[in-house]
Amino acid sequence: MSIILFKVILIVLIFLISLGLAAYATYGERKVAAFLQDRIGPDRAGPFGLLQPIADGVKMFLKEEIIPTVSDKFLFILGPSLFMMTALMTSAVIPWGTPVSIGGQNFNLQVADINIGILYVLGVVSLGVYGIMLGGWSSNNKYALLGAIRASSQMISYELAMGMSVVAILLMTDGSLSLNAIVESQGEGKLYGFINVSGMNWNVFYQPIAFIIFLITAFAECNRTPFDLPESESELIGGYHTEYSSMKLGLYLFAEYINMFISSAIIACLFFGGYNFPGIEYLSNHLPQNVMSLITFVVLFGKILFFIFFFMWVRWTIPRFRYDQLMRLGWQVLMPLAIINVLLTGAAITFFGN
Amino acid sequence: MQLTNRSKVVTKKEMSFMEKLYLPAIVSGLSITIKHLFKKKATLRYPEVTREFAPVYRGMHVLKRDEQGRENCTACGLCAVACPAEAITMDAAERKKGEENLYREEKYAAKYEINMLRCIYCGLCEEACPKDAIYLTDRIVPSEYARDTFVYGKDLLVEKMDDRIDVSKRKKSYHID
Repeated sequence: MSIILFKVILIVLIFLISLGLAAYATYGERKVAAFLQDRIGPDRAGPFGLLQPIADGVKMFLKEEIIPTVSDKFLFILGPSLFMMTALMTSAVIPWGTPVSIGGQNFNLQVADINIGILYVLGVVSLGVYGIMLGGWSSNNKYALLGAIRASSQMISYELAMGMSVVAILLMTDGSLSLNAIVESQGEGKLYGFINVSGMNWNVFYQPIAFIIFLITAFAECNRTPFDLPESESELIGGYHTEYSSMKLGLYLFAEYINMFISSAIIACLFFGGYNFPGIEYLSNHLPQNVMSLITFVVLFGKILFFIFFFMWVRWTIPRFRYDQLMRLGWQVLMPLAIINVLLTGAAITFFGN
Repeated sequence: MQLTNRSKVVTKKEMSFMEKLYLPAIVSGLSITIKHLFKKKATLRYPEVTREFAPVYRGMHVLKRDEQGRENCTACGLCAVACPAEAITMDAAERKKGEENLYREEKYAAKYEINMLRCIYCGLCEEACPKDAIYLTDRIVPSEYARDTFVYGKDLLVEKMDDRIDVSKRKKSYHID
């Protein structure tokens, strides 16, 4: 099997998984919201309401498509497409599991193991701002514009703290930006140098502050509560997608859930060992390679699902920040904290070795 | 001037460092919400499960028959007099020979109409009735498009023999036997 064919299959698979997961994340969100509020949630379409996302999708497609006459039509259509595209592109560098062997040949379960992996993710995520900004601007609507401006300033401010928190991780993996290398480094060695559990050398145990900063900024990047000011429906009627209808609105909402999925995957890869789990060494010595790939994939997916649940859990717990509080948190708290964390990590590595 | 001793002095004190961190408060909030995940749900799955009405619920009226299936109503008109909304009208008629199995007493209501749009479901007709004939039940008057369809005649009000309406709950709430 040629490498190209394998990559194409992998890309299509990841594409389908992302879309399917995003669809079911909407269902999950409604269910989690309902359960946290002592309700039942959607349960009419199919058993336990499992067909609800399909019904929602059909509804989205059949709805009337309205493009405001005063809008810039090209940009109006480009906005959601760009947002969706950037959301899907990020999944390219995530290592989904240990390599599989097909016909005696090893293939990495990763679309592209580029050596600037995490930088690529940050770069593509910041491109996502264009999707929101274009959508909000081209709608020619005050609320949409306000939402878009809020979104772009928020995402740009939080990207800095996010980048700085990642730098602390990079210092620990000998400066490699490749996500594969970061994940692999968490599978080797002993935790704190003496706790001998294979596959538990996770960064979160060394970098709790970086983890919390990354988590908070990930919430802000995904425009999730408590940082959902861009779309705050109670004050901005939906923010940047006020004027959108039908599947273009669907694309925005979908892309948000894909962003959530990707953020969860990145959090899992950077801080929770990616596909590593305690006992991975023992199992990989006793099980065939392809079974191992499947197990590692399931483990990574479990971590991702937990973080998606965590995103929803937080959403239905805390209220929205005020805009000045949001900016103060980003610039005056998270940013200096991240820089101090980088300095401390650097000092610790210089003076105490690894 | 202090009017009551329940008044509280409002202070806006500076938040402590732990409070400014927000995180402890968020964690306690998260633990509260996760507890609700496992709580009993308050929802009733409506079309399959219906909530029971309270015994004092006053819905659509019924004109009762006795055990032998004879109509209780004697068209005395006390319900119409008692009705504050003037929703009830009736025409009385004398019972003919051979109709003893239809009407309990010598006089009966040939026509008995309640205008459901006028009715305020106060239940005074029920209290006024000396013959145990009219009761408000836990049935709901269905919605219609035309006004005249809301004037319910005997065809809708008198209970059917094969579909007796249980009013024991209402009886309990009024009569102390």
